[in-house]
Amino acid sequence: MSGVLEVRALEAGYGEVQVLWGVSMAVAERRMTTLVGANGAGKTTTMRAIMGVVKPWKGEVIFRGEDVTRLTPHEKAQMGLVLVPEGRQLFSDLTVEENLEMGAYSPRARKKLDENLNKVYELFPRLKERRRQRSGTLSGGEQQMLAVGRGLMADPVVLMIDELSLGLAPVLAQSLFGTLRQLKAQGLTILLVEQNVHLALALSDYAYVLAEGRVKIEGESRQVARNEEVRRAYLGI
Amino acid sequence: MSSVILEVDHVTKAFGGLLAVNDVSFQMYKGEILGLIGPNGAGKTTLFNLINGVYKPTSGRIRFQGQDITGLPPYEVVRRGLARTHQIVKPLNEMTVLENVVVGACFGRENMPLEPAHEVAREVVEFVGLAPLADTLAGKLNVAQKKRLEVARALAAKPDLLLLDEVLAGLNPVEVERMLGVIQKVREQGISILMIEHIMQAIMSLSDRIVVLNFGEKLAEGTPEEVASDPRVIEAYLGDPEMAKRVLEEES
Repeated sequence: MSGVLEVRALEAGYGEVQVLWGVSMAVAERRMTTLVGANGAGKTTTMRAIMGVVKPWKGEVIFRGEDVTRLTPHEKAQMGLVLVPEGRQLFSDLTVEENLEMGAYSPRARKKLDENLNKVYELFPRLKERRRQRSGTLSGGEQQMLAVGRGLMADPVVLMIDELSLGLAPVLAQSLFGTLRQLKAQGLTILLVEQNVHLALALSDYAYVLAEGRVKIEGESRQVARNEEVRRAYLGI
Repeated sequence: MSSVILEVDHVTKAFGGLLAVNDVSFQMYKGEILGLIGPNGAGKTTLFNLINGVYKPTSGRIRFQGQDITGLPPYEVVRRGLARTHQIVKPLNEMTVLENVVVGACFGRENMPLEPAHEVAREVVEFVGLAPLADTLAGKLNVAQKKRLEVARALAAKPDLLLLDEVLAGLNPVEVERMLGVIQKVREQGISILMIEHIMQAIMSLSDRIVVLNFGEKLAEGTPEEVASDPRVIEAYLGDPEMAKRVLEEES
């Protein structure tokens, strides 16, 4: 399978500790691809290594046919490879709107700042209501909206989201997932890391199940959802 | 029935308003390998810290070989025969492998003088397969070797119960197998083992029983087969199946 984003035999880790042991995956255009797996499986490290926040030790990251493995995160963002990081990482002393503007920092995104700002406000009316408010004072759900909104301001070709529902009340998580489906329907390519496996498999088109830094299972999400091996990948037996 | 070596009795640890460990009770039997699993933040390492005296429980008791060790400092706990390894290994980098293990022996169960401590250390270094590296500076070891050194330091304390905190993390498959071999050998010496591990296949195959923590509470306890088929455990790991249904319904 080829895709707008391809990862080939990626190895990465922290210090001496290797986390990824050769992860290969592809993200198809206009599809939602999900990466699931128990904690410690290497999901976040995969996302960070794709983005270049963590430098890959081995392997390749191919974005729109180009080898971007060694590019810096800001260079990748400029090309349209955008990460909504785990834990949101907002500028808590800046207002909602300032955070969104920061998302459009790259020259390419800056040109479309007004257009994208309107889109984000349409998608998240709550953010528009609170646009003069400091982001640190938002609720958890609103902060997650803002993190996604800031990602969209970068005018992504591929939007990577690391843990959308983590720490959110179910009703908020549900609403965010509704938004994600909307974005997908509009043609956005999404790579999603999500702790709720059922949810990730129900919403996505294609899934990779990671365990111990390797892809254990991959396939159409509908089929992966029926695969008993998924439980084994999480629980060992 | 075999005798109880460790009893965790309604143990709670609060950090401010957060209950990191909440009313957890279980027993461990002599000679047993008990696996402690649970999602990130479940309270596993905090529980280790409570058992070996790094933290004092907010409430509850911990008994080891029939003695109440609640609130004893770690150096007292190790003298009673309970040693541990740490998730983040911190060997004394400027000392050799052997010297590191000598330190473990000197401050272990007995306050051993240097000479017998060296003897113990040599045996243990051999036991974990680090003999060829005995005179290497610990700082020069790779991750897998450092993890084995960590186990060696704990073993040099001559424990009856060994707590292992993620000794398999960051190891490649060959190194994992090797470490599993070391753990089996420790058990064959009659040492009981309580271990935290994220590599599920390994812990499920190694453990006699498993205790599952989630949000600081004991979620389940039983044989590996029992806990792996427990719907509550599956939900803790894979998420609430109902949420997917609700999201899809909302759309239609």
